[in-house]
Amino acid sequence: MKSRTVVLSLVFAALAVGIALLSLSIGTSKVPVGDVVEVLLGGGRRGQRLIVLELRLPRVATGLLVGIAFAVSGALLQTLSRNALASPDVVGVNSGASAGAVAVIVLAGTGGGNISGFAGKVGIPLAAILGGLLATVIVGVLSIQRGQVDGGKVVLIGVGIAAAANSLVAWMLVIGDVNDAGRAAAWLAGSLNARAWSDAVPVLIAVVVLLPVAILFNRDLSAMVLGDDVASSLGVRVARIRLLLLIVATLLAAMATAGAGPIAFVALVAPQVALRLTRMERPPLVTTALLGAVFVVLADLVARNGLGWLHVGPYELPVGVITAAAGAPYLLHLIGRQQRGR
Amino acid sequence: MHPSARRATSLVVLVILLALAFVASLVFGSRWLGPGAVWHAITADNGSDADVIVRSLRAPRSVVAVLIGLCLGVAGALMQGHTRNALAEPGIFGVSSGAAFAVVLGLQVGLVESVASTVWVALVGALIATYGVQRLASRGSGASPVGLALTGAAVAAMLGAFTSAIVLLDNNTLDGYRFWAVGSVSGRGLDVAVQVLPFAVIGLTLAAFNARDLDLLSLGDDVAAGLGLSIRRARLVGLVAIGLLTAAGVAACGPIGFLGLLGGHLARQVFGARNTWLIPAAGVIGAIALLLADLIGRLVGGAGEVQAGVILGVVGAPLFVLVVRRRAVVL
Repeated sequence: MKSRTVVLSLVFAALAVGIALLSLSIGTSKVPVGDVVEVLLGGGRRGQRLIVLELRLPRVATGLLVGIAFAVSGALLQTLSRNALASPDVVGVNSGASAGAVAVIVLAGTGGGNISGFAGKVGIPLAAILGGLLATVIVGVLSIQRGQVDGGKVVLIGVGIAAAANSLVAWMLVIGDVNDAGRAAAWLAGSLNARAWSDAVPVLIAVVVLLPVAILFNRDLSAMVLGDDVASSLGVRVARIRLLLLIVATLLAAMATAGAGPIAFVALVAPQVALRLTRMERPPLVTTALLGAVFVVLADLVARNGLGWLHVGPYELPVGVITAAAGAPYLLHLIGRQQRGR
Repeated sequence: MHPSARRATSLVVLVILLALAFVASLVFGSRWLGPGAVWHAITADNGSDADVIVRSLRAPRSVVAVLIGLCLGVAGALMQGHTRNALAEPGIFGVSSGAAFAVVLGLQVGLVESVASTVWVALVGALIATYGVQRLASRGSGASPVGLALTGAAVAAMLGAFTSAIVLLDNNTLDGYRFWAVGSVSGRGLDVAVQVLPFAVIGLTLAAFNARDLDLLSLGDDVAAGLGLSIRRARLVGLVAIGLLTAAGVAACGPIGFLGLLGGHLARQVFGARNTWLIPAAGVIGAIALLLADLIGRLVGGAGEVQAGVILGVVGAPLFVLVVRRRAVVL
């Protein structure tokens, strides 16, 4: 690893911790950062413990984990397909998950904008995971031909499945009650509002199990960037590793979507920004993961408090609105700098 | 058979299929009208029920479907060529998002009341977004194909964020927007076709001129420049054509960008990578696909029809997957 990459990774890790602490501190009732640290270490007053540990920590933790999961998923997909546009947003995982979740929201909706108890609590994340996995399995089964998986084809087949799922979502939004459609639209934008530990833990398990698997094959990925033939001659079992890493990428995205909805753009932009900042041949996994975490937590801090700071009112925006609105100009800036440099 | 003879035959077959689909679109519906009745309506309209159905309902929407299918299919093929990216389609390029944002803004401030009156607003939004992407992409030394695709995706994401922010804070706007966002030709009269026709005609003409340049560009920028092509101008013409065509398509029928992907890739499988054949074929395939999607939506929906955008996704996508699986994609 180049020293530039190491330094950037350390910077992003520090930023992630710092912004997470800020996010635990800032809100309708402010808890000073010093008190937040005290609470996290097991001290603090009861009221502060409630706000920090029960209300804000699950949300911040979910944000960090979801950021890591989406970013790594995007980095893997972009590397494997050699396509900068590839991300779980376009290859069917997020669309499948969205179709599952919207089906629960709209078809089980009561019309009053809330969902009958059980379906609302368990139904949406579960339906999202099932939808995401179903889409993944369909894409996977269709992509394997004579034991081989072509990275470019996976992406195109994924786009097809995504289009089918997206049109189902659009149709369900049209046939549903407008209040249910509003709820569905909020979920589709990607939101960390009112997350509990039950949302964070599945994503945590996914990250803890799958991220090491991806890092284990880091060297093989570097070889595969040079082309399948080169990689094979270096002793990399290209077909098998590609399939495994595609599964890793889609599982990460499906679990993240179940946790927070399909937060826009994180999976696309984090690898591209990390790639340009580190000047590597492909998105570096660890740097990308940390950048994703920083990105989502920072965006959620703004989404939660932004309209209040502007004195617009006590509304919260979904985090996905901020990730797209803020991430896009930064990516444009980086592309522009590259163009001037050429 | 000689390759170009084979291509010519395939194109003729496609045009015949388009004609058949058009006739089917006039004949089938919630009420079956025989070819005789359709002919009567066209040649000797005397105001009978059948004549009214054909002349004021089925014929206009069929014409719109052909025109818009043509536009979006050609735009998709052009986009895939210019970005050299198999994933390029209007949705990923900022055009649809620009139109969507304009529609939402229009609904919010009361500029438009119904889906049918959104054409102008959507057109303006789409054109501004295209211009923005083009300006951003031609900074400095000009965008590489990857830079171009990413620029489009970034602008699309940003506009999408603004759209959902507005929609989420106002249920009334959401109520109008969701019917636009699903994508349909239902209720589109000839006036819609007339409104977008100038853009479509200019866009298709530019596309025709651009096809040969695109063949040169596909050899690589250095080779193309060596052969005397002005790369900057070729890119610009292509982008203007793409912008006009998608703006027309999305303004008339909502964001059915998948049509561009479908037309482009189906045509690529049959006609190969030569843009002079590929681009017209993609247009014809787009027109057939939209006509058939609308027709199927009318037949399966019964009283309330299913929007063409939904059918395009549910039926068109598996077809797309089937085609993509069979052969390697060469751009």
